[in-house]
Amino acid sequence: MLVQFLFYAFAAVLLGSAFGVITSRNPVHSALYLVLAFFTSAGLWLLIEAEFLAIVLVLVYVGAVMVLFLFVVMMLDINAEEVRKGFTRYAWLGWLTVLAVAFEIVGVVVVRRMGVDVTRVPVPVAADHSNTADLGAVLYTRYVYPFELAAVLLLVAIVAAIVLTMRKRKGLKLQDINAQVATQARDRVRIIKMAAERRE
Amino acid sequence: MNDTTFSLAAILPAMPEIYLTGAICVLLLFDVFFALKRPERTATFALLLLLGGAAITLATHEFGVRQVLFDSMYIADDLGMLLKLASFVFVAVALFYSNDYLARRKLQQGEYYVLTLTALLGILVLTSAGNLLSVYVGIELLSLSLYALVAFDRDNGIAAEAAMKYFVLGAIASGTLLYGMSLIYGLSGSLSLQVINHAFSGEPSLGLILGLAMVVVAIAFKFGAVPFHMWVPDVYQGAPTSVTLLVASAPKIASFAVAYRLLAEGLGDATGTWTQMLAILAVLSLVAGNIIAIAQTNLRRMLAYSAISNVGFILLGFVTGTSAGYQASLYFTIVYVMVVLGTFGVILLGSRNGYEADELDDYKGLAARDPSLAFIMAVFMFSTAGIPPFVGFWAKLRVIEALIGADHIWLSGVAVLMSVIGAFYYLRVVWLMYFDAPGDRPRGEPRLSLRFVVGVNAAAALALGLMPDALLDVCLKVVRPG
Repeated sequence: MLVQFLFYAFAAVLLGSAFGVITSRNPVHSALYLVLAFFTSAGLWLLIEAEFLAIVLVLVYVGAVMVLFLFVVMMLDINAEEVRKGFTRYAWLGWLTVLAVAFEIVGVVVVRRMGVDVTRVPVPVAADHSNTADLGAVLYTRYVYPFELAAVLLLVAIVAAIVLTMRKRKGLKLQDINAQVATQARDRVRIIKMAAERRE
Repeated sequence: MNDTTFSLAAILPAMPEIYLTGAICVLLLFDVFFALKRPERTATFALLLLLGGAAITLATHEFGVRQVLFDSMYIADDLGMLLKLASFVFVAVALFYSNDYLARRKLQQGEYYVLTLTALLGILVLTSAGNLLSVYVGIELLSLSLYALVAFDRDNGIAAEAAMKYFVLGAIASGTLLYGMSLIYGLSGSLSLQVINHAFSGEPSLGLILGLAMVVVAIAFKFGAVPFHMWVPDVYQGAPTSVTLLVASAPKIASFAVAYRLLAEGLGDATGTWTQMLAILAVLSLVAGNIIAIAQTNLRRMLAYSAISNVGFILLGFVTGTSAGYQASLYFTIVYVMVVLGTFGVILLGSRNGYEADELDDYKGLAARDPSLAFIMAVFMFSTAGIPPFVGFWAKLRVIEALIGADHIWLSGVAVLMSVIGAFYYLRVVWLMYFDAPGDRPRGEPRLSLRFVVGVNAAAALALGLMPDALLDVCLKVVRPG
């Protein structure tokens, strides 16, 4: 009973915040709504006893990705009006997509009604059961192959990001450590001998 | 859950992938420690690593044995071995063709080779994929590397535009793929193709078909089949020619592999559901590719539309839903990639600093300026057009035979008609080279070793055309009649 109540509470907040992401005019508000959406989905995952995933969702998405995202949004100073230009012109395409997705979702629901064996409800486990240990056990055995490949994928992302952004431009202001260390007093300070002067 | 213990013997069939992953790391370090000032060393080392990979693929393979590893994620069989071997060799040839071009344009950096190898790793993963998860990871590995390579020449605005289009459209395709996979997973309860195949046999539900349709859309995008071809012409024209060469060649093998592993082998009990989807894609690609290609003035753009129409042919083999069709597709793919490599090799040979040799006008009177290059180009054009005795003819013939064998008379008619229309623009290149007044274009530099390999490539197109049975027998052997 309590679980059901919690589920619907979280789900309602999740839907509301997801709606907020796409309707709020200020991109910072959108990002904050998205943070809320992540938090509530983490709550939902806790309800299905996927503690580890819930914590990772908060740590990675809320803690790292969204903070980065907020930084970018604030730094870029996006002109919202500029972005919204042509919104009505392309609105029909958006509606078309919405219809297609809605059709698919309804399709899945209808299929479920027809008595197809859809994903089963998870069996409740004992209170001291460790979800994290389970994940670890399959991650390095059953799923070791895609797991390792995902690691290579991250390597590709690193290499690609570096090669596309690290550039040696002319006029770039860089520290020349050697020059800094080798510098001497006479390079920086000029000692001039002059007669004393009276201040007017 | 605890039955999956690993011993070296148990993962040995995955040796090509393991080797290549190690090679990528070694190459990264090699570049930093031995080749910072002399990038051509990395180029040579990368070539050696690729040849080593080809050797290891051959050496560790057990012929005639089909093994399933990593809880059905990985399938090791003769087909996978052949595709891997071909990918290693084709990527090595592509790198060899590109070296000079890259050095001239100051693009020869170690990262170029690293990203090429990671793209190859993606291809290898796809050739052995037995699970939706490995299909997805493989596609992402391949695409991500290619996006970065297309944008590699950062100061080139056109390349950046092409990369951006490719990236955004590719991301949408990946989203579609994931959505389709999640539908299939939700309804069948598994990511393993065996289980999914079981769910599809009988009367598949609407949700499953929707999921499958979205997966097919994503595959069509990776192939560059109409109507998901929008990125192909821009990428072919905008990217540095060496990258275009790479995008045009080995990834086609990966596309074939995905289509085969996912549809033909994985969902073999549900051919009725996906052959119709592929038939539409194939016909649209054949028609649009061949007709739009006629209007192009840029050779690379023309080859992009030619690629689209050739993808139509590859898909036609799958439409039959028979092993004869898959064999024809495999044969066609290998032959097509080989010829396309040579064609871009000629473009690279003809280019100089600040001159890409990729406009059709650049080829006017090439026979007078550079007879050997013109002859080689003519061989490749004849072969792609499908004119006997070149190898392209046999490839097209095989596909059409398979179509007729499966009672797709109407489709084979379209294929023949479109080949005839397509022959026009290939032969136009030959016409320009031999019968048009030479313009005052700069002559490509001699570069003898490169010229020799492109010549060997052309000779292979001719030799395989005169003796088509050798390669064909291999294709017949590796695709098991199912």
